[in-house]
Order: sequence, then C-alpha cells, then structure tokens
Amino acid sequence: MDLFEYQARDLLASHGVPVLPGGVAETPEEAEAIAREISAPVVVKAQVKVGGRGKAGGVKLADDPETAKARAQDILGLDIKGHITHKVMVAQASDIAEEYYFSYLLDRSNRTFLAMASVEGGVEIETLAVERPEALARIPVDASVGVDAQKAAEIVDAAGFPAEVRDQVIAIAVQLWDVFSKEDATLVEINPLAKAPDGTVLALDAKVTLDENASFRHGEHDALEDVAAADPLEAAAKEKGLNYVKLDGQVGIIGNGAGLVMSTLDVVAYAGEEFGGVRPANFLDIGGGASAQVMADGLGVILSDPAVKSVFVNVFGGITACDAVADGIVSALGLLGDEATKPLVVRLDGNNVEEGRRILAEAAHPLVTVVDTMDGAARRAAELAA
Amino acid sequence: MSIFLTENSKVIVQGITGSEGRKHTQRMLASGTAVVGGVNPSKAGQTVDFDGTSVPVFGSVAEAMKETGADVTVVFVPPKFAKGAVIEAVDAQIGMAVVITEGIPVHDSTYFWAHAQGGSTRIIGPNCPGLISPGRSNAGIIPANITQAGKIGLVSKSGTLTYQMMYELRDIGFSTAVGIGGDPVIGTTHIDCLQAFQDDPETEAIVMIGEIGGDAEERAADFIKANVTKPVVGYVAGFTAPEGKTMGHAGAIVSGSAGTAAAKQEALEAAGVRVGKTPSETARLMREIVGG
Repeated sequence: MDLFEYQARDLLASHGVPVLPGGVAETPEEAEAIAREISAPVVVKAQVKVGGRGKAGGVKLADDPETAKARAQDILGLDIKGHITHKVMVAQASDIAEEYYFSYLLDRSNRTFLAMASVEGGVEIETLAVERPEALARIPVDASVGVDAQKAAEIVDAAGFPAEVRDQVIAIAVQLWDVFSKEDATLVEINPLAKAPDGTVLALDAKVTLDENASFRHGEHDALEDVAAADPLEAAAKEKGLNYVKLDGQVGIIGNGAGLVMSTLDVVAYAGEEFGGVRPANFLDIGGGASAQVMADGLGVILSDPAVKSVFVNVFGGITACDAVADGIVSALGLLGDEATKPLVVRLDGNNVEEGRRILAEAAHPLVTVVDTMDGAARRAAELAA
Repeated sequence: MSIFLTENSKVIVQGITGSEGRKHTQRMLASGTAVVGGVNPSKAGQTVDFDGTSVPVFGSVAEAMKETGADVTVVFVPPKFAKGAVIEAVDAQIGMAVVITEGIPVHDSTYFWAHAQGGSTRIIGPNCPGLISPGRSNAGIIPANITQAGKIGLVSKSGTLTYQMMYELRDIGFSTAVGIGGDPVIGTTHIDCLQAFQDDPETEAIVMIGEIGGDAEERAADFIKANVTKPVVGYVAGFTAPEGKTMGHAGAIVSGSAGTAAAKQEALEAAGVRVGKTPSETARLMREIVGG
C-alpha cells in the first residue's frame, strides 16, 4: 500500500524524523485555516499517488492564508496523470540550502534490504542512478541485523555527506530505519532530505510503501487505506475476501491460482485480437478451494460489472477435483438465479475432468458453454464479448 | 534421480495439527511420501492418525530430526508464526524447509533468508506449492495424481500453472517439479533449480515458468546462456497486467518499466529459450523437443 505524502509525513514524525509543521485539507477553507496556524509562508501540495505533480501545477507557494486558500482552490480537483486531487497538504515553506536523497527499500534481486543515499537530491533518483551512478551510494542492509548508528555512519559516509550535517543525517538514518522496520515498509524514500539555511536537516517529501501482508500486526494501518479512491467493484470484492483487480476489458475472468489467472488474462487478450481487441475485464483468483460459495461471490462481483459481456471460468482441478468445481458452478448459478445474465464459458481440466464435464452437461444451464481447452475457451469467450 | 527430493527423503510437517497441515499430510502420505513426524510444541507426545498411519508429534524440529532422521520439513504454520518456524528449522540444520504459507510479511521472509545464509538449510518458498518428484516423494500441496515420473524438470513461480503443465505433459512425465513461490523474496530460485536440473542425469529437458515482477527471469536467462546445455522451454504470465497493480501473488507487480512480461520473454528468447504464447503452446514446444 502506497501512502499519501501527508500520511508518510505523519508516520515519519511519529518516529522522531524532523519534518516541517503542516496539515492536510480537503477544502480551500481548511487550507486557509492551516496556513493561518502556521503563520508563515506555506507550500500547498496536491496529495496524489503519482510523480510529476510539480510540473502538473500541483505544488504552489502562498505567502499568506488568503493566497493559500486560493491556491488550494486551484489545486483541489486537479487531474494529475489520471489521479484526481481530493486533498492538499499545507506545510510551512522552507528555504533550501542543499537537497539530499535517502531511502531504504527491499532489494528483491539480492533478497536483502538496501540503503541508498546521495548528496545530489531533489532530482528523479532513477535519472541520477543512470546518469551519475557514482553519486548514489548503495549499501546493503542485513535484515537480521538492521541499522544502528554505526551502520548509519557507513551509509552516510559512503554518500559523502558534508561534515556539518553528518551527525544529523546519521540520526535521521537510524530513525528512518525505525520507520522502515517497525512499520513493515518496503520503501521509505526521502527526496529531498533538505538542509535549511540555518543548517537544520529535514524530510521535505516522503514516499512510503507498506507491506499489506503485515497488516495482522498493524491494525492502525487500516486507517491509511484510501477507501474513496478504491474502485467500487474492487471494494465489493474485498469485502467478500476475494482477490480481484478491475481491468478495462469486456471478458470477466474467474480462475484458481494467481499464475493461472494471469495467464488466462493473456490468453483472452491474444484471442481478443481477432475480435476487435476484446480484453479481460478483471483479475479474480478464487484460490485452490473453488467452493460453491466463493464461486457464487466471484460470479456476483463480475456480473455486476456493466462492462462485462461474457465470463470465462478457467479452473484447473488439482486439490479440488473438477467434479467438485462443476458442482460449485451449478450451485453458484442456482444461488445467483436471475442475477446470472451473461454467457459463461467454462474450461475445466485436471482431476475427475470427465465427471466435472458430465455434471455441467447434465445441468444444461442455458448460459453455460463448456470448452475443453484453455485456448479454445478463451477464443469462445472473446467471441461472445465482441 | 530427481532434484532436492528423493524416495529417501524423510519429511516432517510443521503445523501438522492445523486443518491445512492435516489435509495435506494425508495427501503426501497417499502419494507415497515418507512423512515421519509432525511438530507442534503444545501437542508433543501425541500422534495424528491418517487412514491407518500414525504420525508422531514432536515438540521441536530438532527433536523430530533426532528421533526420526528427518531431512525435510514442510511448513504450514500461519503467517504470524512462520518466521519463528523457519528460524527453528534452520537452527536445527534440517536439509530443506518447504514453506507453503502464503501471506508472510516480507520483513519476516527477508529476515529468515538472511538468517539461513551460511547454514545448511535449503529454503523453498514461501507462498509456494512445494515440490514433487513423482512416484518418490511429495513435499507440499502439489496434487500427485495429475502426472507421473519422467524426464522433464519443471520450475515455476505459480502453483496452478505448474499443475497445468504437469497435466498437459503427463504422458512424458517429470523428474521433479518445483514451485518456488510468488513472493518478492524466496529461498530457492529459478537459477538454483536450473543448475540442479542441468546436473541431474535423469532430467532431459526443462520447463521454466515465470511471471511479472522482479528480474528473476532475466537473471535466469543469463544463467541459461552461460551454464545450461539441456533444452529449456519457457512461459511467462502477466502480459496484460497493468503497472502498479499486484496480481494475486505479492511479488507479481510491474513497477514502471521493470518486471514486465515482455522484457522477460525477450531475455529468455535471447538466451535460446523457446517461449510459448500460452501454457498449451509451451507444452507443445516441449513435446517437439522430447518427443511423445
């Protein structure tokens, strides 16, 4: 889960990382009130989970509360790369003497954590990494050891931070590790980490990504979820405990196992090329069990998607054999009754496949077509959606 | 021969008394696996009965190993306790820990991976279906009755795509099929399995199944180019996955231009791997290579 900047800032502050005073506003009036409280020039920043908001007009300075209100008025509602701005952060504006960069992240390739730091912050770090790799220190962090003051000093010295900020940055590096490890983050990135003219080092902007697998030990993270932005179908699926992602096509997809479902999307998209570019409407993995209730819940969500023209149910009967899956489909259609209105193409393979196909043939549901192969079934489902 | 798991493997189950552990222990036994014990500290000294086979429960992995000579553990314990379970297995120096559990925080898996470095335990998973050497042993949740022993080696991030491929090529059969798991941080990699299959005289050809996210497939392609002389066919899932969305597996996410299926396919093809457009086409490519 990616956090908004204001959420990341609050999380950093709660672990002692120095940040500037500020708050989040959903209306121009709230922005004005925050600016009045700060009683200094402020910066009004669009809260969107996408980069490049400055260039898109989503970051503006304001010298007084009235201007802050006007700037918030401009920015609220702004469409930044397809993300509508619903909130702005109003923070005290800071003069910046120097801009640095600091992050901790998961390094998948090396199966470890990585600290990255540079005294050339404020720019796109991907650009810096390509153009001037020598300016970006990359220090692996052993997950079973972590970052103490000594490790932090190693990182800070590798990046060549100037002597006058060294101790401050070391302290911040330890605090940021605290955020990264205690909050179960997979990314904590400060860009810029800024030195103010008085020499104080502060986190001016932050990106934080939290690991949703760790939610069982972070009940407080639930509140950080952006419920308003969630797709209504995704929200409905989540409520039923379904692993669903909304996509932009016309063929509803249900399958078991993440890999098989991803593969099903691809096979449908290939088949759809023949039928005017028909594409998958969603990802939905109902898991190994594929019980009647889960099948009914899944079909319910997919059939409520107005974009869906046909549904492809693609199940490999392994742990749950095909006869049980077929029973599940028949019962699910029974549970849905009149709500089942779109053609279903079913492909079953694996254990007890003959019995599974026999059950579906016997039920002879008018909406159901059984096709024996995955490629053939994808083609039929695409054709029905064209 | 087979890789990692043989007819001599002695398997214990951590979490044997839970519903998943119990269900799959039953299935492992039914497919001929030597399941010699289970671990649950609060139920030590008891036994669990499976259709006439009585499996003893021990208080710790170390004790189970001492009493039974176990060299493989299959971990079914819930995410909250998985880190502790794997660390216990590593500290007991068991040969292999197969971590089935889905949903382990990545800080925990990265920790137990770091902890296992320099030790003697091969970790498979987490969030994986385990591995099977058909007709010999089955450590995990892969259905044993969809295929048979044979000459193909298979390594895959995905469970059901593994099953699909094993089923499509069931007449030719498999030396070993390894589901390495769909998490961002996993123990045994595509490369580890490719090396083992290359060294296994019984394996004649290899199927490698990847999916979006990370760069494991690209690195495997480099490895194949330099080290694998046996024919390899590949499949990559997730061409239609949008950027920034996690597709079921925690590791299956395209970030910016990194981790795309197209890049993985390109890297594999550049290494001489024939890549199928669909799972069935991939099976056909393998059939062309090994006959049958």
